[in-house]
Amino acid sequence: MTFKFLYDFSILTQAIDKAITGSMSPFWAMITEMTIIGVLILAFYAVVGLYLVYAERKVCAFMQNRVGPNRVGPWGFFQTIADLIKLLMKELIPIKAADKLLFNIAPFIVIIAGFMAIAAVPFAKGLHAVDFNIGVFYVMAVSSIGVIGILLAGWSSNNKYSLIGAMRSGAQIVSYELSVGMSLITIVILAGSMQLSTIVEGQHDLWFIFKGHVPAIIAFIVFLIAGTAETNRGPFDLAEAESELTAGFHVEYSGIKFAFFFLAEYMNMFIVASIAATVFLGGWMPFHIPGLEGFNHVMDYIPPFLWYFVKTAFVIFLMMWFKWTFPRLRIDQLLTLEWKYLLPINLFNILLMALMVLMGWYF
Amino acid sequence: MTETTENYQLDQEEYIINMGPQHPSTHGVLRFEVSLKGEMVRNIRPHCGYIHRGIEKMCEKNTYQQIIHLTDRLDYLSAHSNNELVCLTVEEALEIEVPERVKYIRTIMAELNRIASHQLWWCSMGMDMGGLTCFFYGLRDREPILDIFEETCGGRLLLSYNCPGGVMYDLHPNFQKRVKDYIKYFRKKLPEYDALLSGNIIFLERTKGLGVLTLEDAISFGVTGPTGRASGFSCDIRKTQPYSAYSKVDFKEILYTEGDTFHRYKARIDEMWESMNIIEQLIDNIPEGDYAVKMKPIIKLPAGEYYKSVETARGELGLYLISDGNKSPYRFKLRSPNFINLGALASMVKDTKIADLVAISASLDLVIPDIDR
Repeated sequence: MTFKFLYDFSILTQAIDKAITGSMSPFWAMITEMTIIGVLILAFYAVVGLYLVYAERKVCAFMQNRVGPNRVGPWGFFQTIADLIKLLMKELIPIKAADKLLFNIAPFIVIIAGFMAIAAVPFAKGLHAVDFNIGVFYVMAVSSIGVIGILLAGWSSNNKYSLIGAMRSGAQIVSYELSVGMSLITIVILAGSMQLSTIVEGQHDLWFIFKGHVPAIIAFIVFLIAGTAETNRGPFDLAEAESELTAGFHVEYSGIKFAFFFLAEYMNMFIVASIAATVFLGGWMPFHIPGLEGFNHVMDYIPPFLWYFVKTAFVIFLMMWFKWTFPRLRIDQLLTLEWKYLLPINLFNILLMALMVLMGWYF
Repeated sequence: MTETTENYQLDQEEYIINMGPQHPSTHGVLRFEVSLKGEMVRNIRPHCGYIHRGIEKMCEKNTYQQIIHLTDRLDYLSAHSNNELVCLTVEEALEIEVPERVKYIRTIMAELNRIASHQLWWCSMGMDMGGLTCFFYGLRDREPILDIFEETCGGRLLLSYNCPGGVMYDLHPNFQKRVKDYIKYFRKKLPEYDALLSGNIIFLERTKGLGVLTLEDAISFGVTGPTGRASGFSCDIRKTQPYSAYSKVDFKEILYTEGDTFHRYKARIDEMWESMNIIEQLIDNIPEGDYAVKMKPIIKLPAGEYYKSVETARGELGLYLISDGNKSPYRFKLRSPNFINLGALASMVKDTKIADLVAISASLDLVIPDIDR
């Protein structure tokens, strides 16, 4: 690659790696590195989860002519931290008729799914925990483990409301997983790789959404719809469906176990948004226009993680916008939308993209 | 399975779920015993009585002035019309002609109350369909009406503004200006409701053709109000038996023939427009005069039976009153529109989904304290 990046984090990460492997045996070096990365990702997960909750409250307040949290700290900045402390101190109500083991592990499965998916996301050049050659596939596979947690939660609560919620969620995620995968495959065809870092670097001249024009834009829209559905967020929040099933699958959970589901929902949103940003909007790649060298150079001075977070925030804002303006779909309409509209569009779109790549009709 | 006996036989794959008495979409302590087969609603049996306060019985122990404050608590969103009903019955029984000014004030207040009530219904309809933003849009526009009420009579929700022979106090000097300003404001804001919910494709898909109540059913169940009128049942008491100043204004009775959830929704939105028309026709022409007729401190109705009804935001509220000549009624029986509209729910929700059940019951605009009384 002849292209030079101003901010290359691989130098930093490799230096740290060298220092650790140089000072201890390979086994302990690996353990140390894994611990450091694990702690970092966990901290990142918690902070992002908490502040997405805060952001959602502010965004929804903005859409509803309200102020939103504004008492704890400046602009209510510490509100969600106060809420977390409250949730930590709340009683965990034991359910007599619940399947204890499954009931207790369900929130952890949901959390772990998100936790694993975040590891593969590149935040900047060289700034990712793992860089698979099948990164897209890995993220897809891992993020769909979460549905098992939801199904278990609904089933083990021994409550009819939560069972209905869990079954809806199962039907929904299994269907929309297809569309998410297909729309990503469309871009994989264009990128010629499944490795997330290669996909990002492939967008150094132009982001894929512009490079692949029509099919890429269709794939982006499909991905946004299917991604929102996969995170169980409104207008696809049928699993939770407050006005129908009170709280759906997590109706019996209290305290910090409920908070796990709550955090996982926001983390899933973050993951879907960061995949969308990485695959369609260039991830950490600055905005470049081929031919305008001066402009491209100025853009390079903006740090890559800033690019990454702004793009992710943009997609998250879109998803919040959906939630706070649309009414909820019904389960049959939800499945109709996927199987009768999104899937055929997607299949056609893949063909279109393949044809385009073959003929070289992209920028 | 059509029988709805106490020993309802469940099919093998059916199960029962209790929606309520604590449930976000029943908007009060109403319980639906729903038999489901998967997601499909097979049968529904409403159980009421959780908020029964014995208002009718209490009314039989109190004087006519005191009764008015009890009727506020029936359908709290149509508090003014409830008060008005008792006053109209008493005035009719005593053959008192109230001043023109009172008639105008009552009509304007009742229509403002109707708008406020329909706004709150729109809020909760949106919320039940999953669109939470609707709730805040509706409340935003409802607030100025409550402020006008507060300035006029001190009450915001439970007005108790009527008294036999007139109203409690004269209008506030600001009243006309504020109402006119509000109508101007709300004429701009009401199209937002359509933009946010009525025109939304998801909303249309979910409500059109859903939960159809046929004209025959509407009449045989006695369903009134916007719910009945959406099925083509012309039942507007303001038109058929005009009271107060309704005979002096020109307004349309909103009638649809489809009878589905969407047209029940549409009927209420259109009624808000009509209410604004009515207020605009009256607000500039409020005649001067007394705001009440002097009444005796203790009212005794001549012995006999009386029936009077008014159009609340939910339908025909009727009062059947038997007096034995004492200072309190011998029998005080209310025909509550919510209770009767609830009766038709079971016929509408057969073979729909849980989400549809919520949407249909939202479109009936039930106020639970009025069901139980």
